[in-house]
Amino acid sequence: MAFRMSGVADAAAAPAPRSKPWSDVALPALTGVTMLAAVVMVFWIVPNEKVQGVVQRIFYFHVHLAWMCFGGFVFVAGASAWYLKTGSPIADRYAEANAEVGLLYTTLMLWTGPLWARPIWGVWWTWDPRLTMTVVLWVIYAAYLMLRRLGEGDETILRYAAVLGIVGVLDIPLLVLAIRLWRGIHPAVMISDDPEAGLRDPTMVWAFVISGIGLAFLFAWLVSLRVRFATVDEELAVLNAEKEHQ
Amino acid sequence: MWAIVLKDLSIERRTGEMLTSLFLLALLVILLFAFSLDPDRLRGPEFVAGLLWATLLLSGTLTLNRSFVLERELGAWTALALAPIDRGSIYLGKTIANLIFLLTTCVFLLPLITILLGTRGISPSPLLAVSILLGVLGIATIGTLFSAMASRTRAREVLLPLLSFPVLAPLLIGAARTTAAGLVGEDLEQIGSWLLVLGGFDVVFLTAGWMLFDFVLDE
Repeated sequence: MAFRMSGVADAAAAPAPRSKPWSDVALPALTGVTMLAAVVMVFWIVPNEKVQGVVQRIFYFHVHLAWMCFGGFVFVAGASAWYLKTGSPIADRYAEANAEVGLLYTTLMLWTGPLWARPIWGVWWTWDPRLTMTVVLWVIYAAYLMLRRLGEGDETILRYAAVLGIVGVLDIPLLVLAIRLWRGIHPAVMISDDPEAGLRDPTMVWAFVISGIGLAFLFAWLVSLRVRFATVDEELAVLNAEKEHQ
Repeated sequence: MWAIVLKDLSIERRTGEMLTSLFLLALLVILLFAFSLDPDRLRGPEFVAGLLWATLLLSGTLTLNRSFVLERELGAWTALALAPIDRGSIYLGKTIANLIFLLTTCVFLLPLITILLGTRGISPSPLLAVSILLGVLGIATIGTLFSAMASRTRAREVLLPLLSFPVLAPLLIGAARTTAAGLVGEDLEQIGSWLLVLGGFDVVFLTAGWMLFDFVLDE
């Protein structure tokens, strides 16, 4: 198996350009505009939902966080496969960045969920399939990042992390199936938390769409910042090593 | 592949380390459960199944940690990596050896738990054997793959459970349900979709381990 171990050499040979029009200007601007618009719509424009009242507004963010943390898993696995195939350090940085932002989004989802559940369901937590699923996803992300942290500075660990990234995504369909079967027999959820059911007002639909776009841009921007940070970190390590060498 | 299975089994026959520690650990976990929960209230077959799988998972993961330690310490790791055989077969060999250890433990563990909890009304069906085989195979597939990875790091004792427990979650749920059903004599048809979860898990991760082991063994 041809496997390049040349992350350091690559970074030294081609320093990343300082300014990129997409990730430095367009992406933060788009994130800022859409997120601001989403916040304005969710807090000032959208009317209260009839049954659930003001609490329902959390769903404009919560629902998108949910599907994006699944998306994060797919990106981690994709970048991991790319890394195993080519050994490119960029691929590894993308995998790590997606895992970190994915963990952040999963955490936010686990935080906004109970805030809604307490007034509506009367409990902070139930073993509903979706909640159970999320908490397992959270632990898989955390374990992935722990593996990287514990093996810091070891090239082999990057490959192991990539293996784990792929195993993690393979686990998701099985998890969904198992948890549905496990809890599905007893419908513990009294109220449907499907947001489509409550989106009667057109501004609600707009708020939902815009907050989705905003959160997606935010995800992409955070990932690009994290990748950039890792690249700069690597360059710094190379420069330090050269300095010591002299 | 079979050479690796035989090698692991003959080391085990001479030292008995793996099985002894697996069994003692399992016994301790059962005692811990009995002390921390009220054993008089844990009588139903579903508790037997739950306890069996929780115990197997805990003691199994702790013991599978040792799976590659000998190779790492004695330098056989490099020899394995250099050996002119398919690396997937090394993985399969190790998995089969671990499967045999776990199954042996299970055969002793299940009656023991039943006796200790004083569970009545048990009438095992063939489903019981199927569920145990599929469940233990799942622990072996993930445990073997991850223990090869964890043996590389300094925190291997913590890392293996940390990596494998979340991934094994669907297997644990499925195995506990099917074993409980098998203990009270339910038939295969009634619990078919659960067996799909178990079987699917085994097939997916046996294949994934076999394909990905190439990257794990590469030095």
